[in-house]
Amino acid sequence: MKPFTVHTGLVAPMDRANVDTDMIIPKQFLKSIKRSGFGPNLFDELRYLDEGQPGADCSQRPLNTEFPLNFPRYQGASVLLARENFGCGSSREHAPWALEDFGIRCIIAPSFADIFYNNCFKNGVLPLALDAADVDRLFEAMYADEGYQLTIDLERQCVIEPDGRETGYQVEEYRRYRLLNGLDDIGITLEHADAILRFEAQAREARPWLFDAVGAREQTS
Amino acid sequence: MSGRTLYDKLWDAHLVETLDGGSALIYIDRHLLHEVTSPQAFEGLRLAGRAPWRIDANLATPDHNVPTDKAERSGGVDGIVDPVSRLQVQTLDDNCRDFNIVEFEINDHRQGIVHVIGPELGATLPGMTVVCGDSHTATHGALGAMAQGIGTSEVEHVLATQCLVQKKMKNMQVRVDGTLQPGVSAKDVVLAVVGKIGTAGGTGHAIEFAGEAIRDMSMEGRMTLCNMAIEAGARIGLVAVDDVTLDYVRGKPFAPEGELWDAAEQDWRQLHSDPDAQFDTLVEMRAEDIAPQVTWGTSPEMVLSVDSRVPDPAAIADESKRRAVERALEYMGLEAGQAITDIRPDRVFIGSCTNSRIEDLRAAAAVVRGRQVADTVKQALVVPGSGAVKAQAEAEGLDRVFTEAGMEWREPGCSMCLAMNADKLGAGEHCASTSNRNFEGRQGFGGRTHLVSPAMAAAAAVTGHFIDVRSLASEGGDA
Repeated sequence: MKPFTVHTGLVAPMDRANVDTDMIIPKQFLKSIKRSGFGPNLFDELRYLDEGQPGADCSQRPLNTEFPLNFPRYQGASVLLARENFGCGSSREHAPWALEDFGIRCIIAPSFADIFYNNCFKNGVLPLALDAADVDRLFEAMYADEGYQLTIDLERQCVIEPDGRETGYQVEEYRRYRLLNGLDDIGITLEHADAILRFEAQAREARPWLFDAVGAREQTS
Repeated sequence: MSGRTLYDKLWDAHLVETLDGGSALIYIDRHLLHEVTSPQAFEGLRLAGRAPWRIDANLATPDHNVPTDKAERSGGVDGIVDPVSRLQVQTLDDNCRDFNIVEFEINDHRQGIVHVIGPELGATLPGMTVVCGDSHTATHGALGAMAQGIGTSEVEHVLATQCLVQKKMKNMQVRVDGTLQPGVSAKDVVLAVVGKIGTAGGTGHAIEFAGEAIRDMSMEGRMTLCNMAIEAGARIGLVAVDDVTLDYVRGKPFAPEGELWDAAEQDWRQLHSDPDAQFDTLVEMRAEDIAPQVTWGTSPEMVLSVDSRVPDPAAIADESKRRAVERALEYMGLEAGQAITDIRPDRVFIGSCTNSRIEDLRAAAAVVRGRQVADTVKQALVVPGSGAVKAQAEAEGLDRVFTEAGMEWREPGCSMCLAMNADKLGAGEHCASTSNRNFEGRQGFGGRTHLVSPAMAAAAAVTGHFIDVRSLASEGGDA
């Protein structure tokens, strides 16, 4: 996973509440067995005028020129400014994969849906929850200033606006540490293998029926 | 010290270790897998040279992509026409074989939607922690299990470590006291809850559904309820264990037996919130106040009683809310102030992990029995949730009730809930659907979804428009 320390990038809007994961990446693209290549289909039904198909060449498809991410001024954006409850709906990790593949490193919104929020951290994308008033201010500043950039500093936990104004935020320490260092979750958890084995042995003793289901019986039947 | 909630008890019983900064390692008892969110996880294991931690904790079945058409289905995996879907289902078979994981393959009689087969096989049990790469995993919380949806990285993490890294959530209780009116179901209750607290109302919480109306519900109803906790923003939905739970679990193929059952039952009897447990958030509703619900918009919170009119944006002061309503009405092709009962569905879908269990099919069949699908309805699909549900429905003759009415009786799978197989809406088509999400394009590009209960979907199918199922005199059964 790509570490995230300090990132400066062009800001683009996704100016509506309750953006769901079906909107971020429609279901037909979930048939892929890979974890890359979803970027061209990010927000597929909003970005293009036709219905997208897996494997189709998106460069030949008709663009929806009214969709902000298609505006020339937002090309190359890596920070997405969004509204309440971003990422609601399904658990599909294809949503952060699509955002990351498109080039988004940070999403700023007043709130996120739980599973999506969690999935972002596994993929080097920082979901940043700021107060609604701060998000409103950033939206206004972005609309007013073509080429508007923000700096997101995860080490110091602040967003830095072009005039130098800093807004602090808090990311849970375990997540911050992993993202700063681009660490593999599984490797860290396996450092606790002894504790897991100990727990498992106790649970097997205390609640043996939890260990007597499907697998054990099915394989002997 | 005040008492513990059901969620607190389940959390404490699975806490392996507390980590720095408030996160914890939580042990996972049951991991369910399907073809869509697992291939990248298995690939990750291979690339890192890791083996599954505990193979017998895993159970897999293909559901999202499988064809429901009998002819296409009869060819098994090789018979799947869409090559991309075929490869994904084949990949699940291959991965399960390589890693020695039990899989109920496409035409196994135990195959079905993963959230239907878990409880009906006794593969998910009270007191378990259950995860699956699917947000509707909350369904299994109806058994008094701590069940939640996870992403693919976490699927790989659970395969490799049998644990999740998690921060404890807050406790919410949704309390519904009183008695539901006849014709009003668990689906109407949960839609009304989502309408009341919104799609972010439960974010950061585990929701426990409680109260007289919940106690009176069957297990099928409780599963419908917990299934849609995520539509209220909560990863976890729960119902306390009682006699209804134990009667349901007893005798299931993988449920404990004999002395093991006795020990388990003693443990499971503790799976309820203590009387003095504190909830961070409390939501209260009266069962009598809940009427059959219909969603009119593009988010599950855009829901109203069937006798209502769709909102008029001009009457909404808040600008962002007004714009959201305007956008939803435009996408849905509805006029401001239009009566819900004037909406005419082009298709009807009865199925999905929300409403494809035997009780759902019985409720729908009671409404359509002796009636015909309206001429204006192009297609009415009935898709049982599993091979077992299908066999039970056929033994009761429900399949004939549906087909004689002009409905299609299909093979088990997720089907038109998310249209990853061939079952989908055309652009602009309205659908009366018993599924869980009405997002733009969810059931097909440009498709327009109205979420309803099975009885309400059946009523719309036979009348050609949404109608309060309570006003339809039912013959040969109650609606």
